[in-house]
Amino acid sequence: MSTSLVMFLVFIAITLGITYWASKRSAGASAYFAAGRQITAWQNGVAVAGDYMSAASFLGIAGLIAFFGYDGFMYSVGWLVAYLTVLLVVAEPLRNAGKYTMADVLAYRLKARPVRAMASISTLTVSTFYMIAQMVGAGTLVALLLKGSGIKFPTAVIGVGILMIIYVVFGGMLATTWVQIIKAILLMGGTILLSILVMAHFGFSFGAFFDAVGHVTYHDAKGAEVVKDFLQPGLRYKPPYGALDLISLGIALIFGTAGLPHILVRFYTVPDAKTARHSVVWAMVLIGSFYIMTTFLGFGAATIVGQDFIKKNGGTNMSAPLLAQALAGNVFFAFISAIAFATILAVVAGLTISASTSFAHDFWTNVVHKGVERAPGEEVRVARVAAFVVGFVAMGIAILLGPTANVAFLVALAFAVASSANLPVIVLSIFWKRFNTMGAVMGLAVGLVASIGLILVSPSIMGIDPPTVVGAARHPIQAVPWFKLENPAILSVPLGFLGAILGTLLTKEPEAEEKFNELLVRSNTGLGAEKAVAH
Amino acid sequence: MTEAVKNSTQWDRIAATQQFKDLMATKKVFIVPAFIFFVVYYFALPILVGYAPAFMSIRVGHVNIAYLFALSQFVVAWVIAGLYVKAANDFDRLSQDIIEKSDGQGGR
Repeated sequence: MSTSLVMFLVFIAITLGITYWASKRSAGASAYFAAGRQITAWQNGVAVAGDYMSAASFLGIAGLIAFFGYDGFMYSVGWLVAYLTVLLVVAEPLRNAGKYTMADVLAYRLKARPVRAMASISTLTVSTFYMIAQMVGAGTLVALLLKGSGIKFPTAVIGVGILMIIYVVFGGMLATTWVQIIKAILLMGGTILLSILVMAHFGFSFGAFFDAVGHVTYHDAKGAEVVKDFLQPGLRYKPPYGALDLISLGIALIFGTAGLPHILVRFYTVPDAKTARHSVVWAMVLIGSFYIMTTFLGFGAATIVGQDFIKKNGGTNMSAPLLAQALAGNVFFAFISAIAFATILAVVAGLTISASTSFAHDFWTNVVHKGVERAPGEEVRVARVAAFVVGFVAMGIAILLGPTANVAFLVALAFAVASSANLPVIVLSIFWKRFNTMGAVMGLAVGLVASIGLILVSPSIMGIDPPTVVGAARHPIQAVPWFKLENPAILSVPLGFLGAILGTLLTKEPEAEEKFNELLVRSNTGLGAEKAVAH
Repeated sequence: MTEAVKNSTQWDRIAATQQFKDLMATKKVFIVPAFIFFVVYYFALPILVGYAPAFMSIRVGHVNIAYLFALSQFVVAWVIAGLYVKAANDFDRLSQDIIEKSDGQGGR
């Protein structure tokens, strides 16, 4: 197992080197928050893909397919298709009209203080929830992957937390972007290698591979042998609510991806809208290829390793590493584990920088100090402090929750808030002339409250456990769930839009309507857009 | 705030030009149908899987309709992205004209 540790340390050394290099180039707000807007299309595309392909994708989806076959694969489809919303609707207007955060676009023609305050709350909520999920995942994984090295859950969480704080505080957006790029290349490389090994196992015959997938043998909870066709839908999403839950998840992905703050900030790192567009296409090529290859990872784990073995050796999330071990031994297992670790680190760093940027730029400078920096460089200093605070809060909560906590719902929650609160107001602000401050504030508030409220009464939180389930794995509320779906988007997205529309219609704001043409021209032509800074 | 007022009328003037209207129309012709198509095509997957599982389970060669339909989603997403990049070259050309005509007004 010490091979894993060596590979972890190599990755850490390389990324710290990058951070040191980037720290010398991160002077000034535009350099710190947006990497000087000099990231190229392919670099940003790879970084977007890196921000998006979290441990949940790599380990989680491979595990879902290994255990539930086709239903797991269907899950991965939406993650790519969602990028069409980013490409067609938000990436270019955002780059053209904004500076550092999503709220820049909203504040253009609306009253800056209330809108930025709400947008900042929503951004911090999404980022913090997402980050806690990643941290708990990180702690569990590192402890599992380095089993025998004496590193336990809290140590692992603290280690990940400190590293991500170093990347963000010292290296800013430039370091975060390069950590993301290296990780994405490693992740793609590992996935391609693993896929080739799986196909080699089946003599490079797709027929033989899919025939094996059609007859997967395992033992159920009662110990009886089961043979299932893993290409058959319905192993996970069962009637009466399965189909609705999938549709709801689809809505959260299609509308939520384009509202994720850590993805949106990436478009400010490129020189112009055209580069932003090309970077989305780069990201789509990578993300799509990756999710297609989850077929080999997941079905490979189901057929070659088998879920009986995976269950006994760490559970669903270990499917991909265990597949690597079965195919090519311990060194490859260590390599895949190191990739999983790099994935988590890079994603938490991306989340931290988007949260701290929003706090410093939206809340501190524009809400508290009415848009005036009191001293040069104040915004960057505040962002660095915020990164510390956000990092420590996430570490603390992750350690409190502990390794057995059910955190999958936190990611669902992040997507639900992004789709129900952020996306409606971004879209309406760009496309609806009548839209105003009250509409934005109500849209954000209703979307936020509806997503959180519905998840609190969903099967993620409410449920009746048998007495055999103990500790943090138990549902916090022992009762029949009021809302039957795990994903609230099917209801909360319409509510978010409704809140925004009602708030708008209830008030009149001629100033907002007068400035509509300015935003329209700016966002569609790039006239007056923020330029790259020359070195 | 006279400058803001001046700027704001400047933007209104650009928004009223035929060129800008052409840009918006050209964008709309591509983006609206493309968006509607991908949303309908994507949601057909969970709807068919959820409500027509027997149809989706029909075997085709070594796989089944459900798997092929899921794979086709990737291809469709890539094709739409490719078509958009092509169409967007026209948007860029139209935008460039507008920016040049504006004599750098509003630019920095």
